[in-house]
Amino acid sequence: MTHPLRIGFIPLVDAAALIVAVDKGFAEAEGLDVTLVREVSWSNVRDKLNIGLFDAAHLLAPVAIASSLGLGHVKVPIAAPFNLGLNGNAITVSPALHAAIMAELDGDRIDPMATALALSRVVAARRKSGAEPLTFGMTFPFSTHNYQLRFWMAAGGVDPDEDVRLVVLPPPYMVDSLASGHVDAFCVGAPWNSIAVDLGIGHILHFVSDILVRAAEKVLAVRQNWSEKNPQIVAALIRAAFRAAEFIEQPHNRIEAARILSAPERIGVDADVIQRTLDGRLKISPDGNMRESSRYLLVAREGAARPDPVQAAWLYAQMVRWGQASFSPEALATAKAVFRPDLYDAALGRKGTAADVPGTIGAFAGPPFDANDIGGHLAAFAIGRRAS
Amino acid sequence: MGAESSPKIVIVDESPIRAAILEEGLREAGFTGVVHISEMQSLLARIYALDPDVILIDLENPSRDVLEQMFQVSRAVRRPIAMFVDQSDAASIQASVDAGVSAYIVDGLKKERIKPILDLCISRFNAFAKLQGELDRAKSALEDRKVIDRAKGILMKLKGLTEDEAYVLLRSTAMREKKKIGEIAQSILTASELLK
Repeated sequence: MTHPLRIGFIPLVDAAALIVAVDKGFAEAEGLDVTLVREVSWSNVRDKLNIGLFDAAHLLAPVAIASSLGLGHVKVPIAAPFNLGLNGNAITVSPALHAAIMAELDGDRIDPMATALALSRVVAARRKSGAEPLTFGMTFPFSTHNYQLRFWMAAGGVDPDEDVRLVVLPPPYMVDSLASGHVDAFCVGAPWNSIAVDLGIGHILHFVSDILVRAAEKVLAVRQNWSEKNPQIVAALIRAAFRAAEFIEQPHNRIEAARILSAPERIGVDADVIQRTLDGRLKISPDGNMRESSRYLLVAREGAARPDPVQAAWLYAQMVRWGQASFSPEALATAKAVFRPDLYDAALGRKGTAADVPGTIGAFAGPPFDANDIGGHLAAFAIGRRAS
Repeated sequence: MGAESSPKIVIVDESPIRAAILEEGLREAGFTGVVHISEMQSLLARIYALDPDVILIDLENPSRDVLEQMFQVSRAVRRPIAMFVDQSDAASIQASVDAGVSAYIVDGLKKERIKPILDLCISRFNAFAKLQGELDRAKSALEDRKVIDRAKGILMKLKGLTEDEAYVLLRSTAMREKKKIGEIAQSILTASELLK
Protein backbone atom coordinates (compact mmCIF):
# COMPACT_ATOMS: atom_id res chain seq x y z
CA MET A 1 0.00 0.00 0.00
CA THR A 2 1.37 3.41 -0.91
CA HIS A 3 0.71 6.63 0.97
CA PRO A 4 0.22 9.81 -1.03
CA LEU A 5 2.04 12.77 0.51
CA ARG A 6 2.31 16.40 -0.48
CA ILE A 7 5.54 18.03 0.60
CA GLY A 8 6.47 21.68 0.11
CA PHE A 9 9.97 22.97 -0.52
CA ILE A 10 11.86 26.12 -1.45
CA PRO A 11 14.38 25.76 -4.30
CA LEU A 12 17.60 25.65 -2.27
CA VAL A 13 20.41 23.09 -2.18
CA ASP A 14 19.58 22.10 1.39
CA ALA A 15 16.33 20.58 0.13
CA ALA A 16 18.67 18.00 -1.44
CA ALA A 17 17.86 15.03 0.79
CA LEU A 18 14.15 15.54 0.28
CA ILE A 19 14.36 16.00 -3.49
CA VAL A 20 16.76 13.08 -4.02
CA ALA A 21 14.61 10.89 -1.75
CA VAL A 22 11.72 11.42 -4.13
CA ASP A 23 13.43 11.61 -7.52
CA LYS A 24 15.87 8.76 -6.89
CA GLY A 25 13.10 6.45 -5.68
CA PHE A 26 14.03 6.13 -1.99
CA ALA A 27 10.59 7.41 -0.98
CA GLU A 28 8.81 5.03 -3.32
CA ALA A 29 10.84 2.13 -1.90
CA GLU A 30 9.41 3.08 1.50
CA GLY A 31 5.87 2.94 0.14
CA LEU A 32 5.48 6.69 -0.15
CA ASP A 33 3.98 8.41 -3.17
CA VAL A 34 5.35 11.92 -2.71
CA THR A 35 4.34 14.97 -4.68
CA LEU A 36 6.89 17.74 -4.17
CA VAL A 37 5.45 21.23 -4.41
CA ARG A 38 7.85 24.08 -5.14
CA GLU A 39 6.96 27.21 -3.21
CA VAL A 40 7.96 30.85 -3.48
CA SER A 41 7.94 31.99 0.14
CA TRP A 42 8.59 30.58 3.60
CA SER A 43 5.30 32.12 4.71
CA ASN A 44 3.50 29.96 2.15
CA VAL A 45 5.35 26.82 3.22
CA ARG A 46 4.54 27.49 6.86
CA ASP A 47 0.86 28.27 6.21
CA LYS A 48 0.28 25.31 3.91
CA LEU A 49 1.92 22.98 6.40
CA ASN A 50 -0.06 24.51 9.27
CA ILE A 51 -3.46 24.14 7.63
CA GLY A 52 -2.80 20.69 6.25
CA LEU A 53 -2.36 21.41 2.53
CA PHE A 54 1.12 19.93 3.00
CA ASP A 55 1.82 16.78 5.00
CA ALA A 56 5.46 17.75 5.47
CA ALA A 57 7.80 20.54 4.44
CA HIS A 58 11.35 21.72 3.97
CA LEU A 59 11.29 24.47 6.58
CA LEU A 60 13.53 27.00 8.30
CA ALA A 61 14.37 25.46 11.68
CA PRO A 62 13.49 28.68 13.57
CA VAL A 63 10.09 28.80 11.83
CA ALA A 64 9.34 25.32 13.17
CA ILE A 65 10.13 26.62 16.67
CA ALA A 66 8.28 29.93 16.23
CA SER A 67 5.24 28.08 14.93
CA SER A 68 5.28 25.77 17.96
CA LEU A 69 5.52 28.78 20.28
CA GLY A 70 2.94 30.86 18.38
CA LEU A 71 5.46 33.64 17.73
CA GLY A 72 4.50 36.13 15.05
CA HIS A 73 1.80 33.84 13.75
CA VAL A 74 -0.74 31.13 14.48
CA LYS A 75 0.41 28.57 17.03
CA VAL A 76 0.72 25.12 15.48
CA PRO A 77 2.98 22.58 17.19
CA ILE A 78 5.56 21.26 14.74
CA ALA A 79 7.83 18.22 14.98
CA ALA A 80 11.20 18.16 13.22
CA PRO A 81 12.42 14.56 13.05
CA PHE A 82 15.17 15.17 10.47
CA ASN A 83 17.70 17.93 9.80
CA LEU A 84 17.90 18.85 6.14
CA GLY A 85 20.97 21.01 6.36
CA LEU A 86 23.66 22.37 8.65
CA ASN A 87 26.12 25.12 7.75
CA GLY A 88 24.89 25.72 4.20
CA ASN A 89 24.60 29.49 4.47
CA ALA A 90 27.24 32.03 3.57
CA ILE A 91 27.66 35.78 3.90
CA THR A 92 28.24 37.53 0.60
CA VAL A 93 29.18 41.20 0.31
CA SER A 94 29.32 43.63 -2.59
CA PRO A 95 32.73 44.33 -4.14
CA ALA A 96 32.65 47.84 -2.58
CA LEU A 97 31.90 46.59 0.92
CA HIS A 98 34.44 43.80 0.48
CA ALA A 99 37.15 46.32 -0.40
CA ALA A 100 36.15 48.51 2.56
CA ILE A 101 36.31 45.59 5.01
CA MET A 102 39.63 44.36 3.60
CA ALA A 103 41.10 47.86 3.97
CA GLU A 104 40.18 47.85 7.66
CA LEU A 105 41.05 44.21 8.30
CA ASP A 106 43.53 43.48 11.05
CA GLY A 107 43.93 39.72 11.00
CA ASP A 108 42.98 36.71 8.94
CA ARG A 109 40.26 37.27 6.36
CA ILE A 110 38.32 34.19 7.45
CA ASP A 111 38.55 35.10 11.15
CA PRO A 112 35.02 36.35 11.87
CA MET A 113 36.17 38.47 14.81
CA ALA A 114 38.64 40.28 12.56
CA THR A 115 36.01 40.89 9.86
CA ALA A 116 33.36 41.94 12.40
CA LEU A 117 35.74 44.48 13.92
CA ALA A 118 36.63 45.70 10.44
CA LEU A 119 32.90 46.01 9.68
CA SER A 120 32.40 48.11 12.81
CA ARG A 121 35.13 50.48 11.63
CA VAL A 122 33.49 50.70 8.20
CA VAL A 123 30.14 51.42 9.85
CA ALA A 124 31.68 54.10 12.09
CA ALA A 125 33.39 55.79 9.14
CA ARG A 126 30.15 55.81 7.15
CA ARG A 127 28.26 57.34 10.04
CA LYS A 128 30.91 60.03 10.38
CA SER A 129 30.74 60.89 6.70
CA GLY A 130 26.94 60.97 6.77
CA ALA A 131 26.57 58.00 4.42
CA GLU A 132 23.45 55.83 4.50
CA PRO A 133 23.71 52.85 6.87
CA LEU A 134 24.70 49.55 5.26
CA THR A 135 21.84 47.22 4.36
CA PHE A 136 22.05 43.45 4.90
CA GLY A 137 19.58 41.02 3.35
CA MET A 138 18.42 37.81 4.97
CA THR A 139 15.61 35.42 4.18
CA PHE A 140 13.18 35.58 7.08
CA PRO A 141 12.85 37.09 10.56
CA PHE A 142 12.82 33.57 12.03
CA SER A 143 15.84 32.20 10.20
CA THR A 144 19.26 30.93 11.18
CA HIS A 145 20.54 33.38 8.55
CA ASN A 146 19.21 36.29 10.58
CA TYR A 147 20.82 34.99 13.78
CA GLN A 148 24.15 34.16 12.11
CA LEU A 149 24.41 37.68 10.65
CA ARG A 150 23.42 39.30 13.94
CA PHE A 151 25.76 37.14 16.02
CA TRP A 152 28.68 37.94 13.76
CA MET A 153 28.30 41.69 13.51
CA ALA A 154 27.33 42.17 17.17
CA ALA A 155 30.55 40.42 18.23
CA GLY A 156 32.43 43.23 16.50
CA GLY A 157 30.32 45.90 18.20
CA VAL A 158 27.85 46.53 15.37
CA ASP A 159 24.27 46.71 16.63
CA PRO A 160 22.18 45.02 13.93
CA ASP A 161 19.09 47.10 14.79
CA GLU A 162 20.80 50.45 15.33
CA ASP A 163 23.91 50.61 13.16
CA VAL A 164 22.82 48.83 9.96
CA ARG A 165 19.57 47.83 8.28
CA LEU A 166 18.52 44.22 8.16
CA VAL A 167 15.90 43.48 5.52
CA VAL A 168 14.10 40.35 4.45
CA LEU A 169 14.51 39.35 0.82
CA PRO A 170 13.29 36.21 -0.94
CA PRO A 171 16.37 34.13 -1.90
CA PRO A 172 15.79 34.44 -5.67
CA TYR A 173 15.82 38.28 -5.30
CA MET A 174 19.07 38.40 -3.32
CA VAL A 175 21.40 38.51 -6.28
CA ASP A 176 19.45 41.22 -8.13
CA SER A 177 19.26 43.29 -4.97
CA LEU A 178 23.02 43.09 -4.48
CA ALA A 179 23.60 44.01 -8.13
CA SER A 180 21.25 47.00 -7.93
CA GLY A 181 22.77 48.24 -4.67
CA HIS A 182 19.50 47.70 -2.83
CA VAL A 183 21.55 45.69 -0.30
CA ASP A 184 25.29 45.78 0.45
CA ALA A 185 25.48 42.19 1.67
CA PHE A 186 23.34 39.17 2.39
CA CYS A 187 23.26 35.89 4.23
CA VAL A 188 21.57 33.15 2.23
CA GLY A 189 21.80 29.45 1.48
CA ALA A 190 23.18 27.74 -1.62
CA PRO A 191 23.21 28.28 -4.52
CA TRP A 192 22.64 32.06 -4.32
CA ASN A 193 26.05 33.03 -2.92
CA SER A 194 27.79 31.16 -5.73
CA ILE A 195 25.54 32.76 -8.32
CA ALA A 196 26.43 36.25 -7.06
CA VAL A 197 30.15 35.37 -7.26
CA ASP A 198 29.79 33.88 -10.74
CA LEU A 199 28.09 37.07 -11.92
CA GLY A 200 31.00 39.08 -10.58
CA ILE A 201 28.86 41.12 -8.20
CA GLY A 202 29.70 39.55 -4.86
CA HIS A 203 32.45 38.14 -2.68
CA ILE A 204 31.75 35.34 -0.22
CA LEU A 205 33.10 36.80 3.01
CA HIS A 206 32.24 33.91 5.31
CA PHE A 207 30.96 30.41 5.31
CA VAL A 208 28.71 30.42 8.35
CA SER A 209 30.78 27.60 9.79
CA ASP A 210 33.35 30.34 10.51
CA ILE A 211 30.80 31.81 12.92
CA LEU A 212 29.27 28.67 14.44
CA VAL A 213 30.77 25.20 14.22
CA ARG A 214 27.31 23.66 13.90
CA ALA A 215 24.07 25.42 13.09
CA ALA A 216 20.78 23.81 12.09
CA GLU A 217 19.27 25.75 9.22
CA LYS A 218 16.51 23.67 7.65
CA VAL A 219 14.46 20.78 8.94
CA LEU A 220 11.98 18.33 7.58
CA ALA A 221 8.87 19.50 9.40
CA VAL A 222 5.53 17.83 10.09
CA ARG A 223 2.60 18.85 12.25
CA GLN A 224 3.01 17.29 15.65
CA ASN A 225 -0.53 15.92 15.80
CA TRP A 226 -0.24 14.53 12.27
CA SER A 227 3.01 12.77 13.19
CA GLU A 228 1.30 11.21 16.21
CA LYS A 229 -1.48 9.87 13.99
CA ASN A 230 0.87 8.66 11.25
CA PRO A 231 3.95 7.27 12.97
CA GLN A 232 4.71 4.72 10.23
CA ILE A 233 4.56 7.33 7.50
CA VAL A 234 6.85 9.65 9.44
CA ALA A 235 9.30 6.79 10.01
CA ALA A 236 9.22 5.88 6.31
CA LEU A 237 9.86 9.50 5.38
CA ILE A 238 12.83 9.68 7.77
CA ARG A 239 14.30 6.49 6.29
CA ALA A 240 13.85 7.73 2.72
CA ALA A 241 15.47 11.10 3.53
CA PHE A 242 18.27 9.36 5.41
CA ARG A 243 19.10 7.09 2.49
CA ALA A 244 19.05 10.08 0.15
CA ALA A 245 21.32 12.07 2.48
CA GLU A 246 23.80 9.19 2.63
CA PHE A 247 23.64 8.88 -1.15
CA ILE A 248 24.42 12.58 -1.60
CA GLU A 249 27.40 12.43 0.75
CA GLN A 250 29.16 9.83 -1.41
CA PRO A 251 31.50 11.88 -3.62
CA HIS A 252 30.95 9.55 -6.60
CA ASN A 253 27.20 10.22 -6.45
CA ARG A 254 27.51 14.00 -6.50
CA ILE A 255 27.25 14.38 -10.27
CA GLU A 256 24.00 12.45 -10.30
CA ALA A 257 22.66 14.27 -7.22
CA ALA A 258 23.51 17.65 -8.73
CA ARG A 259 21.81 16.66 -11.99
CA ILE A 260 18.62 15.63 -10.13
CA LEU A 261 18.60 18.87 -8.15
CA SER A 262 19.23 21.06 -11.18
CA ALA A 263 15.95 20.06 -12.89
CA PRO A 264 13.79 23.09 -13.73
CA GLU A 265 10.93 22.01 -11.47
CA ARG A 266 13.36 21.41 -8.57
CA ILE A 267 16.09 24.00 -7.95
CA GLY A 268 16.46 25.02 -11.58
CA VAL A 269 20.10 26.10 -11.41
CA ASP A 270 23.12 24.73 -13.34
CA ALA A 271 24.25 21.34 -12.06
CA ASP A 272 27.90 22.39 -11.77
CA VAL A 273 27.03 25.30 -9.44
CA ILE A 274 25.02 22.91 -7.27
CA GLN A 275 27.80 20.36 -7.27
CA ARG A 276 30.32 22.92 -6.03
CA THR A 277 28.13 23.58 -3.01
CA LEU A 278 27.65 19.86 -2.34
CA ASP A 279 31.42 19.41 -2.58
CA GLY A 280 32.06 22.35 -0.23
CA ARG A 281 34.34 23.87 -2.87
CA LEU A 282 33.12 27.35 -3.61
CA LYS A 283 34.41 30.13 -5.76
CA ILE A 284 34.53 33.00 -3.28
CA SER A 285 35.56 35.93 -5.43
CA PRO A 286 34.88 36.95 -9.01
CA ASP A 287 38.59 36.60 -9.89
CA GLY A 288 38.29 32.86 -9.30
CA ASN A 289 39.60 32.36 -5.76
CA MET A 290 38.34 29.06 -4.43
CA ARG A 291 37.73 28.08 -0.86
CA GLU A 292 37.22 24.52 0.27
CA SER A 293 35.73 23.50 3.59
CA SER A 294 34.71 20.14 4.94
CA ARG A 295 32.37 22.00 7.28
CA TYR A 296 30.29 23.57 4.51
CA LEU A 297 26.78 22.18 4.04
CA LEU A 298 26.58 19.03 6.13
CA VAL A 299 23.85 16.77 4.78
CA ALA A 300 24.51 13.43 6.48
CA ARG A 301 28.14 13.45 7.58
CA GLU A 302 29.03 14.11 11.22
CA GLY A 303 25.54 13.00 12.22
CA ALA A 304 24.12 16.15 10.66
CA ALA A 305 20.70 14.71 9.88
CA ARG A 306 19.94 13.78 13.49
CA PRO A 307 18.00 16.59 15.20
CA ASP A 308 19.82 18.00 18.22
CA PRO A 309 17.64 19.76 20.83
CA VAL A 310 20.66 21.85 21.88
CA GLN A 311 20.47 23.46 18.43
CA ALA A 312 16.80 24.25 19.03
CA ALA A 313 17.70 25.78 22.40
CA TRP A 314 20.36 27.96 20.78
CA LEU A 315 17.90 29.17 18.15
CA TYR A 316 15.35 29.96 20.86
CA ALA A 317 18.05 31.84 22.79
CA GLN A 318 18.63 34.01 19.71
CA MET A 319 14.90 34.80 19.56
CA VAL A 320 15.17 35.94 23.18
CA ARG A 321 18.37 37.88 22.55
CA TRP A 322 16.85 39.84 19.68
CA GLY A 323 13.49 40.51 21.30
CA GLN A 324 11.41 38.10 19.20
CA ALA A 325 10.47 36.07 22.28
CA SER A 326 10.54 36.60 26.01
CA PHE A 327 12.30 33.94 28.03
CA SER A 328 10.42 31.28 29.95
CA PRO A 329 11.51 27.79 30.96
CA GLU A 330 8.28 26.41 29.46
CA ALA A 331 8.95 28.02 26.08
CA LEU A 332 12.52 26.70 26.16
CA ALA A 333 11.20 23.20 26.82
CA THR A 334 8.70 23.56 23.95
CA ALA A 335 11.43 24.78 21.60
CA LYS A 336 13.75 21.88 22.45
CA ALA A 337 10.92 19.38 22.03
CA VAL A 338 10.41 20.48 18.40
CA PHE A 339 13.64 18.65 17.47
CA ARG A 340 12.90 14.94 17.63
CA PRO A 341 15.97 12.71 17.76
CA ASP A 342 13.71 10.02 19.27
CA LEU A 343 11.67 9.74 16.06
CA TYR A 344 14.87 9.73 14.03
CA ASP A 345 16.45 6.95 16.12
CA ALA A 346 13.28 4.85 16.15
CA ALA A 347 12.83 5.08 12.37
CA LEU A 348 16.42 4.05 11.72
CA GLY A 349 16.49 1.36 14.40
CA ARG A 350 19.23 3.12 16.33
CA LYS A 351 19.69 3.11 20.07
CA GLY A 352 20.53 6.79 20.36
CA THR A 353 23.43 7.15 22.76
CA ALA A 354 25.11 10.15 24.31
CA ALA A 355 27.78 9.83 21.62
CA ASP A 356 25.17 10.75 19.00
CA VAL A 357 24.80 14.21 20.44
CA PRO A 358 27.53 16.60 19.39
CA GLY A 359 25.85 19.16 21.69
CA THR A 360 28.11 21.84 20.39
CA ILE A 361 27.32 25.21 18.90
CA GLY A 362 30.93 26.34 18.78
CA ALA A 363 30.39 30.08 18.38
CA PHE A 364 33.51 32.14 17.69
CA ALA A 365 32.65 34.67 20.39
CA GLY A 366 31.19 34.61 23.88
CA PRO A 367 31.10 31.78 26.40
CA PRO A 368 30.20 28.21 25.35
CA PHE A 369 26.44 27.84 24.93
CA ASP A 370 24.64 26.52 27.98
CA ALA A 371 21.08 25.41 27.23
CA ASN A 372 20.40 25.17 30.96
CA ASP A 373 21.28 28.78 31.66
CA ILE A 374 20.13 30.88 28.74
CA GLY A 375 19.72 34.01 30.85
CA GLY A 376 23.28 33.75 32.15
CA HIS A 377 24.57 32.92 28.69
CA LEU A 378 22.90 35.91 27.05
CA ALA A 379 24.09 38.24 29.81
CA ALA A 380 27.60 37.74 28.43
CA PHE A 381 26.64 39.57 25.20
CA ALA A 382 26.63 43.35 25.32
CA ILE A 383 24.35 43.93 22.33
CA GLY A 384 20.81 42.60 22.30
CA ARG A 385 17.13 43.51 22.49
CA ARG A 386 16.13 41.39 25.44
CA ALA A 387 12.87 42.27 27.12
CA SER A 388 13.74 43.10 30.73
CA MET B 1 -11.78 59.95 7.17
CA GLY B 2 -10.32 57.67 9.77
CA ALA B 3 -10.05 53.89 9.81
CA GLU B 4 -13.55 53.72 11.31
CA SER B 5 -15.17 54.95 8.09
CA SER B 6 -13.21 53.26 5.30
CA PRO B 7 -10.07 51.27 5.99
CA LYS B 8 -7.08 52.00 3.80
CA ILE B 9 -6.33 48.88 1.78
CA VAL B 10 -3.12 48.02 -0.07
CA ILE B 11 -3.13 45.31 -2.74
CA VAL B 12 0.31 43.77 -3.41
CA ASP B 13 -0.01 41.83 -6.64
CA GLU B 14 2.23 41.54 -9.69
CA SER B 15 -0.78 40.68 -11.86
CA PRO B 16 -2.30 44.01 -12.94
CA ILE B 17 -5.50 42.37 -14.22
CA ARG B 18 -6.21 40.51 -11.00
CA ALA B 19 -5.41 43.58 -8.94
CA ALA B 20 -7.80 45.64 -11.08
CA ILE B 21 -10.57 43.07 -10.64
CA LEU B 22 -10.08 43.12 -6.88
CA GLU B 23 -9.79 46.89 -6.70
CA GLU B 24 -13.00 47.33 -8.65
CA GLY B 25 -14.83 44.92 -6.35
CA LEU B 26 -13.61 46.71 -3.25
CA ARG B 27 -14.65 50.10 -4.60
CA GLU B 28 -18.09 48.77 -5.54
CA ALA B 29 -18.44 47.51 -1.98
CA GLY B 30 -17.71 51.00 -0.73
CA PHE B 31 -14.03 50.68 0.17
CA THR B 32 -12.65 53.83 -1.32
CA GLY B 33 -9.09 53.89 -0.05
CA VAL B 34 -7.48 51.20 -2.20
CA VAL B 35 -3.90 51.36 -3.50
CA HIS B 36 -2.24 48.78 -5.75
CA ILE B 37 1.51 48.09 -5.47
CA SER B 38 3.02 46.11 -8.33
CA GLU B 39 6.65 47.13 -7.85
CA MET B 40 8.37 44.89 -5.29
CA GLN B 41 11.57 46.92 -4.86
CA SER B 42 11.41 48.82 -1.57
CA LEU B 43 8.02 47.29 -0.82
CA LEU B 44 8.34 47.89 2.92
CA ALA B 45 9.19 51.56 2.49
CA ARG B 46 6.11 52.08 0.32
CA ILE B 47 3.87 50.30 2.78
CA TYR B 48 5.23 52.35 5.67
CA ALA B 49 4.58 55.49 3.67
CA LEU B 50 1.02 54.44 2.77
CA ASP B 51 0.34 53.27 6.33
CA PRO B 52 -2.53 50.93 5.39
CA ASP B 53 -5.01 49.22 7.68
CA VAL B 54 -5.23 46.11 5.52
CA ILE B 55 -2.69 44.50 3.17
CA LEU B 56 -3.73 41.88 0.64
CA ILE B 57 -1.01 39.89 -1.13
CA ASP B 58 -1.16 37.05 -3.62
CA LEU B 59 0.48 33.79 -2.55
CA GLU B 60 2.54 33.49 -5.72
CA ASN B 61 4.42 36.56 -4.62
CA PRO B 62 7.82 35.81 -3.02
CA SER B 63 7.65 39.25 -1.38
CA ARG B 64 5.18 37.83 1.09
CA ASP B 65 8.18 36.99 3.28
CA VAL B 66 9.16 40.65 3.19
CA LEU B 67 5.83 41.59 4.77
CA GLU B 68 6.40 39.11 7.58
CA GLN B 69 9.32 41.24 8.70
CA MET B 70 6.85 43.90 9.77
CA PHE B 71 5.50 41.70 12.56
CA GLN B 72 8.88 41.62 14.19
CA VAL B 73 10.01 43.87 16.96
CA SER B 74 12.11 46.43 15.23
CA ARG B 75 12.65 50.15 15.27
CA ALA B 76 11.34 50.40 11.74
CA VAL B 77 7.83 49.40 12.79
CA ARG B 78 5.56 52.28 13.61
CA ARG B 79 2.36 50.29 13.72
CA PRO B 80 2.39 46.64 14.62
CA ILE B 81 0.72 44.60 11.93
CA ALA B 82 -0.79 41.24 12.69
CA MET B 83 -2.01 38.49 10.47
CA PHE B 84 -5.76 38.66 10.27
CA VAL B 85 -6.35 34.98 10.47
CA ASP B 86 -6.49 34.25 14.16
CA GLN B 87 -6.49 30.89 15.84
CA SER B 88 -10.27 30.45 15.65
CA ASP B 89 -10.67 31.13 11.99
CA ALA B 90 -9.51 27.97 10.27
CA ALA B 91 -12.20 28.16 7.58
CA SER B 92 -11.12 31.63 6.51
CA ILE B 93 -7.47 30.61 6.36
CA GLN B 94 -8.29 27.57 4.26
CA ALA B 95 -10.50 29.54 1.88
CA SER B 96 -7.98 32.31 1.37
CA VAL B 97 -5.02 29.97 0.84
CA ASP B 98 -7.11 27.96 -1.62
CA ALA B 99 -7.95 31.14 -3.47
CA GLY B 100 -4.27 32.13 -3.43
CA VAL B 101 -4.40 35.26 -1.31
CA SER B 102 -3.30 36.27 2.15
CA ALA B 103 -4.46 39.20 4.27
CA TYR B 104 -2.76 41.22 6.98
CA ILE B 105 -4.30 43.90 9.17
CA VAL B 106 -3.09 46.39 11.69
CA ASP B 107 -3.75 45.59 15.28
CA GLY B 108 -7.02 46.88 16.58
CA LEU B 109 -9.11 46.81 13.43
CA LYS B 110 -12.26 44.92 14.28
CA LYS B 111 -12.68 41.47 12.86
CA GLU B 112 -16.25 42.05 11.66
CA ARG B 113 -14.94 44.91 9.54
CA ILE B 114 -12.35 42.69 7.91
CA LYS B 115 -14.58 39.75 7.11
CA PRO B 116 -16.37 41.39 4.13
CA ILE B 117 -13.02 42.51 2.70
CA LEU B 118 -11.55 39.05 2.92
CA ASP B 119 -14.70 37.39 1.56
CA LEU B 120 -14.70 39.74 -1.40
CA CYS B 121 -11.02 39.13 -1.92
CA ILE B 122 -11.49 35.36 -1.94
CA SER B 123 -14.39 35.50 -4.39
CA ARG B 124 -12.54 37.87 -6.75
CA PHE B 125 -9.40 35.74 -6.66
CA ASN B 126 -11.48 32.66 -7.42
CA ALA B 127 -13.25 34.53 -10.21
CA PHE B 128 -9.91 35.52 -11.68
CA ALA B 129 -8.66 31.92 -11.55
CA LYS B 130 -11.84 30.80 -13.32
CA LEU B 131 -11.43 33.50 -15.94
CA GLN B 132 -7.83 32.47 -16.47
CA GLY B 133 -8.93 28.85 -16.85
CA GLU B 134 -11.58 29.80 -19.40
CA LEU B 135 -9.07 31.89 -21.29
CA ASP B 136 -6.65 28.96 -21.40
CA ARG B 137 -9.41 26.64 -22.59
CA ALA B 138 -10.54 29.15 -25.23
CA LYS B 139 -6.96 29.45 -26.44
CA SER B 140 -6.55 25.71 -26.71
CA ALA B 141 -9.96 25.41 -28.43
CA LEU B 142 -8.80 27.95 -31.00
CA GLU B 143 -5.57 25.99 -31.47
CA ASP B 144 -7.60 22.79 -31.90
CA ARG B 145 -9.80 24.47 -34.49
CA LYS B 146 -6.75 25.44 -36.55
CA VAL B 147 -5.28 21.96 -36.32
CA ILE B 148 -8.61 20.37 -37.29
CA ASP B 149 -8.95 22.68 -40.31
CA ARG B 150 -5.49 21.74 -41.53
CA ALA B 151 -6.14 18.02 -40.98
CA LYS B 152 -9.40 18.28 -42.91
CA GLY B 153 -7.52 19.93 -45.78
CA ILE B 154 -5.02 17.05 -45.85
CA LEU B 155 -7.79 14.41 -45.86
CA MET B 156 -9.70 16.25 -48.59
CA LYS B 157 -6.63 16.37 -50.78
CA LEU B 158 -5.32 12.84 -50.20
CA LYS B 159 -8.65 10.98 -50.12
CA GLY B 160 -10.71 13.22 -52.41
CA LEU B 161 -13.30 13.93 -49.67
CA THR B 162 -15.58 16.89 -49.19
CA GLU B 163 -15.03 19.02 -46.11
CA ASP B 164 -18.03 17.45 -44.37
CA GLU B 165 -16.86 13.93 -45.16
CA ALA B 166 -13.37 14.76 -43.88
CA TYR B 167 -14.83 16.01 -40.62
CA VAL B 168 -17.07 12.93 -40.21
CA LEU B 169 -14.01 10.72 -40.72
CA LEU B 170 -12.08 12.63 -38.06
CA ARG B 171 -14.96 12.45 -35.63
CA SER B 172 -15.69 8.76 -36.09
CA THR B 173 -12.00 7.92 -35.73
CA ALA B 174 -11.82 9.94 -32.54
CA MET B 175 -14.87 8.14 -31.14
CA ARG B 176 -13.50 4.74 -32.07
CA GLU B 177 -10.09 5.44 -30.49
CA LYS B 178 -11.61 7.27 -27.52
CA LYS B 179 -9.56 10.37 -28.24
CA LYS B 180 -10.30 14.01 -28.84
CA ILE B 181 -10.82 15.16 -32.42
CA GLY B 182 -7.96 17.63 -31.89
CA GLU B 183 -5.61 14.76 -30.99
CA ILE B 184 -6.54 12.77 -34.11
CA ALA B 185 -6.10 15.90 -36.23
CA GLN B 186 -2.70 16.53 -34.65
CA SER B 187 -1.56 12.98 -35.43
CA ILE B 188 -2.60 13.46 -39.07
CA LEU B 189 -0.50 16.62 -39.24
CA THR B 190 2.45 14.85 -37.65
CA ALA B 191 2.14 11.89 -40.02
CA SER B 192 1.89 14.09 -43.09
CA GLU B 193 4.92 16.04 -41.90
CA LEU B 194 6.87 12.75 -41.61
CA LEU B 195 5.72 11.48 -45.02
CA LYS B 196 6.56 14.66 -46.90
